[in-house]
Amino acid sequence: MSLLSLDSVCVSPWGSELLANISFELRAGEVLGLLGPNGAGKTTLLNLLCGAISPSAGSLQLGGRPMAEWRIRERARAQAVLPQQSSLNFPYTVEEVILLGRTPHASGASCDREILGATLEATDTVELRHRLYTQLSGGEKQRVQLARVFAQLWRPQDSDVRLLLLDEPTSALDLSHQQLVMNAVGTLAEQGCAVVMVLHDLNLAARYTDLCLVLDRGGQHGPGTPGDVFTPEMFREVFDVEVKIGRHPDADFPLVIQ
Amino acid sequence: MRASGRAGVSTISAAVLPAPRTLRARRVILALAALLPLCLLLSLGSGAVNLGVAESLSALYQAIAGEKSSQAAVIIGQIRLPRALLAALVGGVLAVTGAATQGLFRNPLADPSLIGVTAGASLGASLAIVSAGTFTAGLLGFSVVSLGAFVGGLLTVALVYRLAQSGSGTSVATMLLAGIAVTALAGSVGSLLEYQASNEMLRRISLWRMGGLDGANYQRLLVAALVCTPVLAALPRFAIPLNAMLLGESEARHLGIDVDRVKWSLIVWVAVGVGTCVALAGTIAFVGLVVPHIVRLMIGPDHRPLLPACVLAGACLLLLADTLARTLMAPAELPVGVVTALVGVPFFVSLLRRRHQYGMQ
Repeated sequence: MSLLSLDSVCVSPWGSELLANISFELRAGEVLGLLGPNGAGKTTLLNLLCGAISPSAGSLQLGGRPMAEWRIRERARAQAVLPQQSSLNFPYTVEEVILLGRTPHASGASCDREILGATLEATDTVELRHRLYTQLSGGEKQRVQLARVFAQLWRPQDSDVRLLLLDEPTSALDLSHQQLVMNAVGTLAEQGCAVVMVLHDLNLAARYTDLCLVLDRGGQHGPGTPGDVFTPEMFREVFDVEVKIGRHPDADFPLVIQ
Repeated sequence: MRASGRAGVSTISAAVLPAPRTLRARRVILALAALLPLCLLLSLGSGAVNLGVAESLSALYQAIAGEKSSQAAVIIGQIRLPRALLAALVGGVLAVTGAATQGLFRNPLADPSLIGVTAGASLGASLAIVSAGTFTAGLLGFSVVSLGAFVGGLLTVALVYRLAQSGSGTSVATMLLAGIAVTALAGSVGSLLEYQASNEMLRRISLWRMGGLDGANYQRLLVAALVCTPVLAALPRFAIPLNAMLLGESEARHLGIDVDRVKWSLIVWVAVGVGTCVALAGTIAFVGLVVPHIVRLMIGPDHRPLLPACVLAGACLLLLADTLARTLMAPAELPVGVVTALVGVPFFVSLLRRRHQYGMQ
């Protein structure tokens, strides 16, 4: 059964249509990469999936139930969202920020601190844990926010349905932290969490996602495996660029060469 | 993997040890709880007639037991005790509503006057002074001025809240701007009234503005306790929603917080609490702004310890300020609002200049 399903969903929050007839399904454990040029509607789709805006037409279901039927607390146990930017300007420590991810759960302090330890490790923030969030660099802040949303969905027993939504999770990260974070996302997915993430790095998407969906002026290409979706024709049509598609020398995924 | 090499040790220590701030918060709350009775005792002992600790305690005991044998017992029982308790209550409410407002607006420089309650109360009081003239009897021992201030404060907040409402909920940024606009409007209407007022009225208006606890008696204390105790009990229950809302409103929603309901309830509690304080004690500057700031400096922004600690610290601060106001120029009395501003402004400016040291942007 699909964990997330969209059937000809349209979105027009201020009258003009931002997304038209989007349909796809996502099963537990799948990682979907969301790609597309600027203004194609990637963040709008993410806002739709997290319930911040509702579809003007079509049906959107999470765990087999219409999204609008989910109560706010119940949805927070099933779904975590990493926004593109964070406006936190109060001097929380790193630990306090990550523990906020446990807000919707009533799992107890000792369990929460165990999850804190695991997510600190998964995002390489162990040494930052007593530092003030406001004094961190951009990349460090991004890793802390990632640890917070990981903590929200870390335990499989907290919810039958788990969906992680990430808006450009690696935009401020160096190469080794990109890999670290993507591996942590992969581990969560292996334990049954579905993941939708907006990415700009095509090769990162090719390597770490099961499915890719390319948005183009409200319409869609895919979803399909990166190997199926990444074609020179698609790049010409959507991004208006000429690229060559190669193969990774050691593994079975495409490489986009500009 | 980079992280897994050193993971074993750090996971264990992170899991077992509570954060250093949690321990510190506990110590600060305990210290404040111990400080409050001392401030109360100091306030009872000092004044035109100075009493020692032992004298104050025995007079307090006599006053509570209902004996009016000594002069000290009368002074403490009839004058200083209701005033000290009212000061503690008002200080606690002003500080905790300030902390809640700063959390709600996600701005450490916000204070309850931002939502218009103080300006509205001032206008209400001025209106009452100008229109009631010599008629000051009022209701239940409350002057018309207090009632005018309370009603004025609540009406202004309702207007600000209404202005900030739109189809998609209440915008905190719009509320801030509406608060500024309504405050300016109330201020200019107030000036217009002062222009029309007689000299005697002018003096009463300006004295009321400076704030003071000199009207304290048991009747006022009872009303204050009836209104403020629910406020003091209710606000700490919003600690977890407020913690999440510091991340941002949509982030809080994604953490399962019903942000619009929380906003509405907080505004109502803050308006009722501050409206009552302003009605009973006039506008007392800087307690709502500075106390949460100082406490946050010591224990961090987590509202679970922050809100109770603010109640205690605000109570201590206003007790001390009122004691100073009564004794600095005794037998004359300074308005307590002047003392809190005189002490608060330099402190606040020094905080502003050092804010980077504790991670404020």
